[in-house]
Amino acid sequence: MGTVPIAPEQASNFAYWHDLIFYTLSALTAVFTILVGVLVISFVIKYKKGSNADRSNPPHESKIMEFTWIVIPTGLGLVMFFAGAKLFLDMRTPPANAMEVYVIGKQWMWHSQHSNGVRENNTLHVPLGKPVKLTMISQDVIHAFYIPEFRTQYHVVPGRYTQQWFVPTRVGRYQLFCNVYCGTQHSEMGGYVYVMPPDDFEKWLENGGDTVKPMSLEQSGQKVYNRLGCNNCHGAKSNMRAPSLAGIYQSKRRMTDNSVAVADEAYLRESILRPYNRVNYGYEKQMPEYAGTVTEEEVLQLISYMKTLGGAGDVEGAPKTLEMDPRKGSSPVPPTSSTVGAAGAISAQSNATPGQRPDQNSVGALAAQAPSKN
Amino acid sequence: MSATAYRPTDVKEEEVHVKEPSYLEDGHSVKSWLLTGDHKRIGIMYLITISIFFFVGSLAAGLIRAQLVLPANSLLEAETYNKVFTAHGVVMIFFFLLVAIPAVFGNFVLPLAIGARDLAFPRLNLLSYYLYLLGGLLATTALLTGGIETGWTFYVPLSSMYSNGQVTMAIVGAFVAGFSSIATAVNFIATIHKMRAPGMTWGRLPLWVWSTYATSLVIILGTPVVAITLLLVVFERVFRLGIFSPELGGDPVLFQHLFWFYSHPAVYIMVLPAMGVISDIIATFSSRRIFGYEFIAFSSLLIAALGFLVWGHHMFISSQSMYQSVVFSLISFLVAVPSAIKIFNWTATLYKGHIRLQTPMVYALGFIGLFTLGGLTGLFLACLGTDVHLTNTYFVVAHFHYVMVGGSVMAFLGALHYWWPKMTGRMYPDNWGKVNALLVFVGFNLTFFPQFILGFLGMPRRYAYYYFAPQYQPLHILSTAGASVLAIAFAIPFFYLTRSLKYGAKASDNPWHATGLEWTVASPPPTHNFHETPVVTREQYEFGHLVPEVRAIEESDKARRDAEIAAEHAAEAASTEAK
Amino acid sequence: MATLAHHDSDFVEHVHHQFEDIEQQNEAYLVGMWAFLVTEVMFFGAMFLVYSLYRWFYQADFYAAHHELSIPAGAINTTILLASSFTMVMAVHFAQLRNKLMVMLNLVATIGLATAFLLIKFLYEWPEKAKHFLVPGPGFDPQHLEGTSKRAWELFYSLYFAMTGLHALHIIIGILIIGALAFLWQKGAKSVTEDYIPTELVGLYWHFVDLVWIFLFPLFYLIPK
Repeated sequence: MGTVPIAPEQASNFAYWHDLIFYTLSALTAVFTILVGVLVISFVIKYKKGSNADRSNPPHESKIMEFTWIVIPTGLGLVMFFAGAKLFLDMRTPPANAMEVYVIGKQWMWHSQHSNGVRENNTLHVPLGKPVKLTMISQDVIHAFYIPEFRTQYHVVPGRYTQQWFVPTRVGRYQLFCNVYCGTQHSEMGGYVYVMPPDDFEKWLENGGDTVKPMSLEQSGQKVYNRLGCNNCHGAKSNMRAPSLAGIYQSKRRMTDNSVAVADEAYLRESILRPYNRVNYGYEKQMPEYAGTVTEEEVLQLISYMKTLGGAGDVEGAPKTLEMDPRKGSSPVPPTSSTVGAAGAISAQSNATPGQRPDQNSVGALAAQAPSKN
Repeated sequence: MSATAYRPTDVKEEEVHVKEPSYLEDGHSVKSWLLTGDHKRIGIMYLITISIFFFVGSLAAGLIRAQLVLPANSLLEAETYNKVFTAHGVVMIFFFLLVAIPAVFGNFVLPLAIGARDLAFPRLNLLSYYLYLLGGLLATTALLTGGIETGWTFYVPLSSMYSNGQVTMAIVGAFVAGFSSIATAVNFIATIHKMRAPGMTWGRLPLWVWSTYATSLVIILGTPVVAITLLLVVFERVFRLGIFSPELGGDPVLFQHLFWFYSHPAVYIMVLPAMGVISDIIATFSSRRIFGYEFIAFSSLLIAALGFLVWGHHMFISSQSMYQSVVFSLISFLVAVPSAIKIFNWTATLYKGHIRLQTPMVYALGFIGLFTLGGLTGLFLACLGTDVHLTNTYFVVAHFHYVMVGGSVMAFLGALHYWWPKMTGRMYPDNWGKVNALLVFVGFNLTFFPQFILGFLGMPRRYAYYYFAPQYQPLHILSTAGASVLAIAFAIPFFYLTRSLKYGAKASDNPWHATGLEWTVASPPPTHNFHETPVVTREQYEFGHLVPEVRAIEESDKARRDAEIAAEHAAEAASTEAK
Repeated sequence: MATLAHHDSDFVEHVHHQFEDIEQQNEAYLVGMWAFLVTEVMFFGAMFLVYSLYRWFYQADFYAAHHELSIPAGAINTTILLASSFTMVMAVHFAQLRNKLMVMLNLVATIGLATAFLLIKFLYEWPEKAKHFLVPGPGFDPQHLEGTSKRAWELFYSLYFAMTGLHALHIIIGILIIGALAFLWQKGAKSVTEDYIPTELVGLYWHFVDLVWIFLFPLFYLIPK
């Protein structure tokens, strides 16, 4: 960041009008503040005690002056009031042909759903130049859906629907904030709004919200894990057939020959591809050999996924340890991807540096994909 | 019953002393302070207590600013940060700003200024101090034992159903402090109505008494509403009476209506007394009758009245009906007018004055500048189209700090330096005071002006991190730099004022040549204020008998007028004679 | 101000030092009391506003829910409070006449009636609600919903308990204050016996508390179809 920005981009139909009023008010503020400042300073200099300015007949009241400084500010104020009210009424009156998107806010993430069922988490894709109407509701506390570059926000309230609308006027990625304090991870409740050219947007919508971006290793790993049905035997708890995978990475394994091995990447790869080389103490040779069935890429993905599986206590039935508890995080790792069914791997995402919000696009893509593949 | 029915000669026996000891010398035991009914001692107790709360609140503010230097991985975890900004808000609003000027200077000076021996209900006054202290201790305990994460606004359902910690205790603390406010306001109203000295008519009241009166009206009308509202939140937490709970079909937005019905007028509770003090200081240090007395007095009442009709401007985007919003916006624009009236009248008072730039005056002039900017930026938020973008961002934070700190705290410091000689009988070093006032002004602007830009850029308030938007960082660094200047500037008066208690020059009865009745008694005043009930014969803010320069001008003006009239008469006589 | 004839010397003791004379003191007391009552009006006013809004939202549900309240119990309590207002008026009246015995009798009667009100409320009405699972919370389970919304019922009873509870709290405070006043009368303290204003102030408070109930009773017990 070389320069300090002093004004946000104008990326919606309201931005220009907002800025016009904003700058007019700023100019009026400057004029009046400077007027008062100059008067005060010059009076202080001129009438400093002991100066020989003319002080004869000091006035104590003047109806004309009072009238002047009541009427002029009131008049200017009324003009600004009408300008602001006009813009506000526009903002509160969505056009009939607006594209509808449903938004749900909950501690601490945004879900949105497009009319054809495509869902997103913490992102919102909208087409350039088309009116978009958001119908919003909260699952828990009050939030606000705020896009500074669009100059628009509105509260998202539990128990009632609220609306806002806008026409995106510039392609790009814009910050999305929650702007009503909503609890511990309030500052993490956000993401991005993507404005796409209409054609791209149509394509994106038809692909079930899938864009060219790849899934993270963990997310892919989870898909492979589910496809192969690993969970049937390696569930939350060890069972007769197979040990649990919860917390397996870097754990010590005792083998049927009483040797001990640490479950590192090499061990895990071997156990997937050729499970009978070494078998855990207490178990039979039941697992299929996956050598030749899965690719090396998929093995890597599976291992990445297994690394995310926490201790046994965290796992119940289907492994859902990817859902991170934001309260436990000591570093500002965002909980933004903590949706059921969406893999929430964060650290391994190529474009996310530690301590930064990931680009949630891929997360959203996965969540959006799930229903369409069912 | 009119004020003239009082019996000014009715002097009680205990008052017939040659030299009465000052209120400070009248008993030195701890008990003589803690159980006192003397409004002056209670005022001092408030001063000490609010100073402690101010220190606690400032400490929290320091942590907030330190946290925001870095976009992430900074000082505090999100949860701690949330507790810290909640603590900052709760302490500063409920236990400093709402109390500072009314309870300290209202208590200490009000009876003196209207010529009364005490407030109407001294024991109630002591009770309200202890209620305040109890509320403060409860809230502090809540903040220290687990803290609260709701923000000072206690929005439901976050505060009622989704928040752990000591929310109930903190709310009870605010509730108890609310009753302290009500008791003080009732006391002030009865005192101002019924205890004025003979001749102290409504039109002769010092302007800050007018604004204290307006403030008291706001308190008795508004505080009970927020009290019951917060109590309902406690009922929901404790007894599960879900009156605002959306799960029962209740309406969380209704809470906001009730909350802001009080909490917007509460802004005027904080700033009206400040405006009153500034009126007095400016008149005194210009040795000049205040310009447009009636307009300033009337504008205080107008602010108090209109202040109750604008709460909805906190809720433009919270799903109230849009027509409601339009009406609230219109009235919010109108409420700016009385404030403008005051600013222009203060400025006009300087014209042809005899201006002395002593410490209280520097604070007062600083107040005019900061409050002008603070008030005008309020219009951005009253204006519907811009509020939608700016609300809840740092723009709002900057705006209300310009009003609260730039306005109320500047005025509080001005008042403290103004009445310090009266309260303690000692003078402080004026040069230190003046330089420090400038330092406050500079530090303040450096802290909060960048936040206007941050808000325009869209930085939401109450964010513990902003690593996803690092473009905000330079402005945050600037703001924190300003905050460190401000911290120093707030600390310095503590040292030189404390030092003046022992080493300061003895103050005369009226070191500033001010006109209020409080300056006619000794510094520090005797316990019962007045040996004889004073009889007021002058208008407030007449300086002719105090300041020779003013008298000289009054006399020369009068001589010239007389000469003109004489000339006119002569001319008339000549013309009739000619006929 | 129509005070009775008096000698200044009688009052030196109970005119506080900050006042010039008894009249100034009495007027200050009255202004203070009325300011306090304004506060109380706002306090309950906010609750009545909340009630009105919800009753507007949930008309049918509130109508159904109010059937579970006992109109006889409410009516008896209304009568009791009206009677207590009367005894309070009489106490003030006799205070003006400085008739200590009659003041005491009326004050004690007021306390007795107030206690009866509380007993009916706490020993009959509220336990009755608990028996029918009408106390908001996890156990809330009204038996006669008949198609109306359980959530709105819970809201109704939340309001009922909050508002009548706060009113009952005011009654308890009233009993304590009247008790203190009666104690002062019994002791013959000049501050109350020589001047009726303290008694009148307590009376004002008590009438306010009664007045609140006069609104509560029809709003909760007598909702028209």
